[in-house]
Amino acid sequence: MLDARTSRRTVLGGLGATVFVAGFHVPRAGAAGVADMEPNAFIRIDAQGFITLTMPQVEMGQGTYTSISMILAEELDAAWDHVKVEHAPPDETHYANPAFGVQATGNSNSIRAFWLPLRKAGAGTRAVLVEAAARGWKVPAAECRTENSQVVHDKSGRRVAYGDLVARAAAMPVPTDAPLKDPKQFKLIGRSLRRLDTPVKTDGTAVYGIDALPPGVKFAALMQSPVLGGKVAHVDDAAAKKIKGVRQIVVLDDLVAVVGDHMWAAKSGLEALDVAWNDGANAEISTADIWARLRKASERDGAVAKTVGDARKALGEGDVYTQTYEVPLLAHAPMEPLNCTVHVRPDGAEAWIGSQVLARVQRAVAKAAGLSVETVVVHNHLLGGGFGRRLEPDMAFVAARIAKQVDGPVKVVWTREEDIRHDVYRPAYHDLLSAKLSRDGRIVGWKHKTAGSSILARWLPPAFRNGVDGDGVDGAADVPYDIDNLRVEFVREEPPGVNTGFWRGVGPNNNVFAIESFIDELAHRARIDPVAFRRAHLGKTPRLKAALDLVAAKSNWGSALPPRAGRGVAVQVAFASFIATVIEAEVDEAGEVLLRRIDTAVDTGTIVNPDTVMAQLQGGLIFGLTAALYGEITVEKGRVQQSNFHDYRMLRMDQVPPINVHLIRNGEPPGGIGETGTTASMPALRNAIYAATGVALRRMPIDRTLIAGARR
Amino acid sequence: MIELRVNGEAKSVDVAPDMPLLWVLRDVLHLTGTKFGCGIAQCGACTVHIDGKPVRSCQLAVGALGNRAITTIEKIGETPAGARVQKAWLDLEVIQCGYCQSGQIMSAAALLNSVPHPDDADIDAAMSGNICRCGTYVRIRAAIKRAAAEHA
Amino acid sequence: MKALSRRWKIVLGILAAGSLIGLSVAWWLIPPGALAFAGGTRVALDAYSGPNPTGVSTELKSADAVTRGRYLAALSGCQICHTEEGSAPFAGGHAFPTPFGTLYSPNITPDRRTGIGDWSDADFLRAMHKGIAKDGSHLYPAFPYDSYALMTDEDALAIKAYLFSLKPVRQTPPRNTLPFPFNQRWLMGIWGAVYTPSDRFRPHADRSPEWNRGAYLVEALAHCNDCHTERNLAEAPNNRRKFGGGIADGWLAYNITQDETSGLGAWSDDEIARYLSGSHVQGRGAAAGPMAGVVDVELNHASQADIRAMVAYLRSIPPAAGDLPAPRPTAAPDSPRAEVAAFDNRGKHVFEGACASCHGWSGASPLTGYATLTGSRAVNDPSATNVASIVLFGTERLTPQGRIAMPAFGKAYSDAEIAAVANYVTARFGARGSHLTAKDVAKLREGS
Ligand code: FES
Ligand code: FES
Repeated sequence: MLDARTSRRTVLGGLGATVFVAGFHVPRAGAAGVADMEPNAFIRIDAQGFITLTMPQVEMGQGTYTSISMILAEELDAAWDHVKVEHAPPDETHYANPAFGVQATGNSNSIRAFWLPLRKAGAGTRAVLVEAAARGWKVPAAECRTENSQVVHDKSGRRVAYGDLVARAAAMPVPTDAPLKDPKQFKLIGRSLRRLDTPVKTDGTAVYGIDALPPGVKFAALMQSPVLGGKVAHVDDAAAKKIKGVRQIVVLDDLVAVVGDHMWAAKSGLEALDVAWNDGANAEISTADIWARLRKASERDGAVAKTVGDARKALGEGDVYTQTYEVPLLAHAPMEPLNCTVHVRPDGAEAWIGSQVLARVQRAVAKAAGLSVETVVVHNHLLGGGFGRRLEPDMAFVAARIAKQVDGPVKVVWTREEDIRHDVYRPAYHDLLSAKLSRDGRIVGWKHKTAGSSILARWLPPAFRNGVDGDGVDGAADVPYDIDNLRVEFVREEPPGVNTGFWRGVGPNNNVFAIESFIDELAHRARIDPVAFRRAHLGKTPRLKAALDLVAAKSNWGSALPPRAGRGVAVQVAFASFIATVIEAEVDEAGEVLLRRIDTAVDTGTIVNPDTVMAQLQGGLIFGLTAALYGEITVEKGRVQQSNFHDYRMLRMDQVPPINVHLIRNGEPPGGIGETGTTASMPALRNAIYAATGVALRRMPIDRTLIAGARR
Repeated sequence: MIELRVNGEAKSVDVAPDMPLLWVLRDVLHLTGTKFGCGIAQCGACTVHIDGKPVRSCQLAVGALGNRAITTIEKIGETPAGARVQKAWLDLEVIQCGYCQSGQIMSAAALLNSVPHPDDADIDAAMSGNICRCGTYVRIRAAIKRAAAEHA
Repeated sequence: MKALSRRWKIVLGILAAGSLIGLSVAWWLIPPGALAFAGGTRVALDAYSGPNPTGVSTELKSADAVTRGRYLAALSGCQICHTEEGSAPFAGGHAFPTPFGTLYSPNITPDRRTGIGDWSDADFLRAMHKGIAKDGSHLYPAFPYDSYALMTDEDALAIKAYLFSLKPVRQTPPRNTLPFPFNQRWLMGIWGAVYTPSDRFRPHADRSPEWNRGAYLVEALAHCNDCHTERNLAEAPNNRRKFGGGIADGWLAYNITQDETSGLGAWSDDEIARYLSGSHVQGRGAAAGPMAGVVDVELNHASQADIRAMVAYLRSIPPAAGDLPAPRPTAAPDSPRAEVAAFDNRGKHVFEGACASCHGWSGASPLTGYATLTGSRAVNDPSATNVASIVLFGTERLTPQGRIAMPAFGKAYSDAEIAAVANYVTARFGARGSHLTAKDVAKLREGS
């Protein structure tokens, strides 16, 4: 169980308890003076038999704490109700994500990346416990089995609890090659176990970064230069200082912050400040400039990400169909606005945050405070949504710069306006697709050029190779269709005036939207039903074909619909999951879109927790639909124009249709799931509108004026 | 000093009367279950009950509250509707990141107090002011129905 | 906040007026003066037996010119029109879009190059009273010199003293974008000659001192006529329906005559006084749009005695019947189940997502009286113009209880949605539902 009270006590009182103290944890003596057993970085067992699992990946709603615990507990044969979890400290040696080499949670790869390491950790620990019991009983280890946190020797009818083995097992070497379970014997994996993090989230006791309250904490609200790269020119703080509860005004070169007894004083103080800015070089940037540059860049030859056959030749003559697709800058807007609490002392610093990149947070705080990394303690927390925003440590860096000027801990909270206007935005992309169809409606040549930011070049530079951003072409280079002549290119073009970063669905978001929209138009040109057209090209991807068949059946594909209603399909292989989605939507005379129903068929290989997979699909679809219907960040005079939910609109409860998730079960290795729904929903909705109105939308978000009055 | 009645207890706080209740709860009384999401009454994360009715605390000045009963997520489980809602939320695994859920639960509990057996339109009317960025809406709807069904 | 006043027909009107001068003038083109309704005997200021109705409030009588000027400038609303949002007060640049192009208010800080720093007293008085700038050009009557013409020299010069006490701001407003013939400023001279009173305020001998004080405040300073009286083809206030309702910046400035149904006849003195002082008045709705600035930036500086005087004066305005229904006095049912007949379900959907949290299902806000819809004139206006405008553009109030704002939903909600929610709101909370269409909203959006 996630022990919120302990965590609260820890956070409130700074007591050196183990649960949730992310930082250094000191091996602790149990009640009987027996040291805990720590066979590896993930598992700790105490003499009472409580098993504490340290989470290498962070919990931002995707259910990973539960899934990771299930994998560890499965191989360990742990009693599920004796499992506790705690946040990992920043520690790239032990908790780096094997897929990145960095301590990061993202790209829907927690389970994929940690599947084997966690199973091995669990199996190794179990093997030690068995060995310890066998030695005690003087029987061969092979005669022992485990269940429910006990080692059992059936022949003699003896059993011993793990807790009672801790003293002996703690000193024994842990094998790295202990045999893993046969999946047929899984007792936990594959079951919809209750999530561990939800009880504290129903009664207000869950502690997010924004809830950290170290003793003596002050509160700060900040205003960063409204134009990226701008500097503070002048601050008049006379009025702000008069506000009750305002304690300090911090002016740095590119931001101002007001520190107060509570957020209200800080916010009011900030509003009372009269700040003049030197806007700097980006003062005249507008969205139109960003698009113009991107479109221009797309005329260049890109770096080649993939070639099959000879696409140039195949597209060289005859009737080539070419279209462009565009997706805009997007903000993340996690429900928990950005925040970070920092206490900078001369000899070290402490930070409280919910982050997807803990070790980077630690380094950012150290850098901002001018301290060495080892002196910085970071306490991780639950995340009130991440969606990629918390893959950046900027908020910790900024908070630490402010905290450096303040005596004692200070909690820096972004207002929603600040959060939206200073995001690290999902890049805008411009995609150019060309294809040629044979007489019988087969794709014989294909070219796809994606132009946009390279996030990896900044975020993980070694992954940016030969001008190709692997994320930027994810979903495009590995297009699932059978195409003999194919060429995929990437053009890197960074937008001026905004920062760009990962956003739920990352590269595939853009590519799947472009490809699946284009495929629908090709099917239309070939006069072939969109499902049949896709199906005919999925010979080399049978898992996707099976998903497509399933969703077609479940969604009543092909059955009659009322006028102005249509079904759209989209398929994708993304994050190693195979997903086919059908959205049924209606467009009214005014161009308003009514969502009628959603079906999605999912093959994500071995499923750890089916209910979590379904929840992630439902949530991911809604996240993507919000973007498809409303999401767009625009810039005018260097300033982001959106600010809060009244102008950066969210899908609301009364707009959401029934969502049916159909799971396909098999024994393949697990795929990723957290972002897949987001990627699926945008093209599926777009194609539903295409079916309903005949209007081929090629930009997101959906422009209601283009579909008003139209009917197929 | 402003006197407030929070979760049945008398509290006095030394703040300006125009300070929104949200910040008094979170930063002065350290009841951090009530969340800040937007500050402009558009997301519902800050929902509390005032005399049993759902109210956005980010826009509610404490000076005007007087002796009205303030109930927060920390104590809503002590009301019958609140307890039913919390149980249904767990039974149906509504929650993802959870940040919006204090507000969702407060809105849902208030709904069940006024409409014991809500239909879809009632649920839309009561819940559409609460944004969930994780997209738990489908399950919220189902859980409200479950909680209502448990009410004989 | 949007501009205070926008007279889209200004220039057309002026042309019409110009061409008609010298011909037999249709009586309706030259309506009576702003105070003609009061009748009786008017006397020169120094012949008036009562206390001097001009100048500042009693408490400030002996203050220096700058202090007096600050008070008078506040009540005259200089700051609102001469300030661009987000930039220095009085430095100009505030846009007044018209269908013919956009006018920009000038910088009236004492900067010598870009402001009025090199203006003499005579220059200033000529502008205030005749609408002629220092360089001799005629000002567009977006600048209400037809009202300021009533202001005494002493008061106008106090305002000048105040403006000259400000920090000079070097800022040149954008150039007006009026094409020919609308850029022919001399035409304004004709307008000014016809519609601007030639002498200053003259008290009414048979009215009370309070009334005369109120008349001076309302007519010479606050220039309520500018928005609250409809304009004729020549863009002059039609004082035959004085205060019967007009247009301000695309918003409706409602009937403030003593008409019981459409106007203020049913309001108590106290209610009017509190409304003008910036408070929320239970059951009367809150000032929004351009009027929000008027109460929060201008009238909240007025002394209570001056507010009372304005009320006394307003009480004397003859009722002008309007077509607005009497506001529905009672709150709507508190349950969303009690449905209203609106065109479609869309209005309810928008309302339940974006509006109900603040305004409540009954229309009585659980958060602040300022957000209560019950009794609001805008909500009881079956044209729903102001309801749609406030949804589009939002509003901000700087109230005695702190800042209260409604965000602008125009960027994220479609015309159809905004029309639908306006129709829903008027039907649910008002006397009569509106029938706004997406096209109507599109027009409001463009600010016509
Ligand atoms: S924080 Fe109050 S409604 Fe969003
Ligand atoms: S559960 Fe994350 S915002 Fe609702």
